[in-house]
Amino acid sequence: MADDIILLDFWPSMFGMRVKIALAEKDLKYEYREEDLRNKSPLLLEMNPVHKKIPVLIHHGKPICESQIIVEYIDEVWKDKSPLLPSDPYERAQARFWADYVDKKIFELGRKIWTTKGEDQEAAKKELIGCLKILEGELGEKPFFSGENFGFVDVSLVTFSCWFYAYERFGNFSIEAECPKLIAWTKRCMQKESVSSSLADPFKICGFVVLLRKKFGIE
Amino acid sequence: MGEEVKLFRTWSSPFALRIVWALKIKGIEYETVFEDLSNKSPLLLQYNPVHKKVPILVHNGRPIAESLVILEYIDETWKQGPLLPKDPYERAMARFWAKFGDDKVLTSIWSVFIKQGKEQEEALVATMENLKFLEEEMKGKKFFGGERIGYVDLALGCLANLISIFEEIVGLKIVDEEKLPLFYSWMQNFAEAPIIRDNWPPRDKMIVKFQALLDAAIASSSSS
Repeated sequence: MADDIILLDFWPSMFGMRVKIALAEKDLKYEYREEDLRNKSPLLLEMNPVHKKIPVLIHHGKPICESQIIVEYIDEVWKDKSPLLPSDPYERAQARFWADYVDKKIFELGRKIWTTKGEDQEAAKKELIGCLKILEGELGEKPFFSGENFGFVDVSLVTFSCWFYAYERFGNFSIEAECPKLIAWTKRCMQKESVSSSLADPFKICGFVVLLRKKFGIE
Repeated sequence: MGEEVKLFRTWSSPFALRIVWALKIKGIEYETVFEDLSNKSPLLLQYNPVHKKVPILVHNGRPIAESLVILEYIDETWKQGPLLPKDPYERAMARFWAKFGDDKVLTSIWSVFIKQGKEQEEALVATMENLKFLEEEMKGKKFFGGERIGYVDLALGCLANLISIFEEIVGLKIVDEEKLPLFYSWMQNFAEAPIIRDNWPPRDKMIVKFQALLDAAIASSSSS
């Protein structure tokens, strides 16, 4: 009741996990509600009538939708603890740019890998590795994307890492072999409790993908 | 100490227009570099190696890309004439509507323009659904930002010009004044607002450009 926060989420969603990490970074208590996306609750439909999607953060009864927007909101409201965005406007612009890059590329490419075969799948694999290498380049030798501290870009990307096992299994490739520094970064992030307690188990994600593939008739 | 502000853009890019408006609203002096996207300059490729697109804002030699990211940078760097509200919830809502504009509204309106037959009909239905949300959001307001033009107005603003251009080329009504009275008024108010009205790209050039794009799309879909 303290902060009056409800999170509407779906356990495999890498977007919902971003919000969980942000809430944990700020040490916030909240009510977690699992949605069944085949049977969306009246609350979800009321709080996100435009997209009818999760995650939705409900703070003092008012909804905020779209994971990056929710994370920025959390960062602005609880600004005194563990800031996720830097304070310098240029550094902030860079962080927003890279978080936007993650949004534009990773989800769709990952999805193509576990829903397609043959040439389409090969193209998606190649493109995903290309994007991860670009991100790896941006990370460079820094521990986290904006430097010494875990921040906004890390939150945006690390939640995909629990889906890597599923991508690798169905795409028959190794992300670590291609992007060892990025995988090292994911392990560094996982040492933080906010991350390890928010990410789903990669084996469970893989099992979920198996079920989805059956449902979509992919073989 | 001088501020050096450069904007890399094309003459017609709706995303670049957002930046032109923001800079002018805040009274920021800047230099324009026009790009030919069929022959991108080495500077463009250096400043935006990831996407190789415009607009790019270069401030004191440091580049920022992606128009909505640039708008937030401008708002945080030059505090006069604020574009985003101060309250975190209102800011989240502004960001939400700008993203909705890019992800859904622009996409469906583009489909109405570029597609034919059943696909066009479906795009019209989707557009109407999307615009109804914006209509709702306009209740009691002159602009999305309230009394003054703000972030959401700039994000959606290109629609105030593009929609009428598309309607003229395709011969279809996309925004019916009776069905979407508030959104229709917003389009008029925004298009004629000071600064905005002085910076539209030439309409005749736009008609030629988009007609050519449509002709090419029809040609390639009928030859496949």
